[in-house]
Amino acid sequence: MTNQPVNQSTNRLLYTLQIADNALILGHRISEWCGHGPILEQDIALTNTALDHLGQARSLYQHAADMFNALPADEQKTLFSSTALQNKITKGENIDEDDLAYLRDGWDFRNALLAEQPNKDWAYTVVRSFLYDTFNFYFYAALQNSKDVVLAAVAEKSLKEVTYHLRWSSEWMIRLGDGTDESKARVQEALDSYWAYTGELFETTVVDKTALADGIGVDIAAIKTQWQQRVNTVLEEATLTLPTNTWMHSGGKECRHSEHLGYILAEMQFMQRAYPDMEW
Amino acid sequence: MNQFINKNLYGDYGDKEQAAGSSGTHNTAGEWPLWEVFIRSKAGLDHKHAGSLHAADAQMAIENARDVYTRRMEGISIWVVESKYIHASDPFEAASMYEPANDKVYRHPTFYDLPDELKHM
Repeated sequence: MTNQPVNQSTNRLLYTLQIADNALILGHRISEWCGHGPILEQDIALTNTALDHLGQARSLYQHAADMFNALPADEQKTLFSSTALQNKITKGENIDEDDLAYLRDGWDFRNALLAEQPNKDWAYTVVRSFLYDTFNFYFYAALQNSKDVVLAAVAEKSLKEVTYHLRWSSEWMIRLGDGTDESKARVQEALDSYWAYTGELFETTVVDKTALADGIGVDIAAIKTQWQQRVNTVLEEATLTLPTNTWMHSGGKECRHSEHLGYILAEMQFMQRAYPDMEW
Repeated sequence: MNQFINKNLYGDYGDKEQAAGSSGTHNTAGEWPLWEVFIRSKAGLDHKHAGSLHAADAQMAIENARDVYTRRMEGISIWVVESKYIHASDPFEAASMYEPANDKVYRHPTFYDLPDELKHM
């Protein structure tokens, strides 16, 4: 999928996918902690959060699938390159939420690079969640005003979940940052490392611009200030140092990913690819 | 004899430095304290003991309780208290504590004729 401007209904689909992919990929990453959490209670907390993300992804993929099925046939054929999806489309079948999650190839995923970065250790996981949750909180708050009623409804429901995610990750930032020498050093290292993935969250792609002009999207440049303020407040309380590096990774939102996404999809999509339409 | 037997009673854990289990060699320095969780299932009902969990502080205990005990809509309000603050009666004194009440049926309000309108007695 190239990044050229597309018509409004296709753009609405791509915009929805961008939000859904963020939820699915970050949710999958967090779910990798299931059974490996440092203590039982936090294991359950993270698994709950992963399921929240997965639930958001499902609603959004269903919405995206409906929009996809309404597209003209010739446009459906050019939108995603995966053979598995094309087989369905050629047969004239409607696609559903599972097809978008399991049958799309990596270069058709639109999640931000931050979401696919590995868990590494507890500090990296907390930092990744904190940086993303803060963004996600202001993003869903603004998306509630979307002219797309489904997006607005998903945003309203998700905001309650995200409010809790943000509380959880903010408190862990403070606990680790203002904790022992070792926890502080490790969370600062994780922050310095994953900081370089925050710029992309606020990058305005063609899809973002078109969605904003269409009245369905969020003005992400406008929420950057709120994000920055909230991050500053928490870091200050956590006695952590705001990273000063300004060089930022980018590409995920335009389907150019780090090597990590391939491994995630290989694990996540294997069953459906190897045994098409299997149910269990 | 008591000095040779370590008797662990409910509520002892979570404050091992002071509780009955303290004479063991088990290192508890890195463990989070234990908390008891009480959940109110809906407005108007009492908080009921739901179980226990580990947490570093009260805030985390409430959040852990939310994640562990209210995932299936079990509650609308949570109380937590560190287990070490629960004082329990001694099970070995159960005979003297509770059995004397056994044969005192007249303490039950069962000798009254209740009006039919009373449903929940």
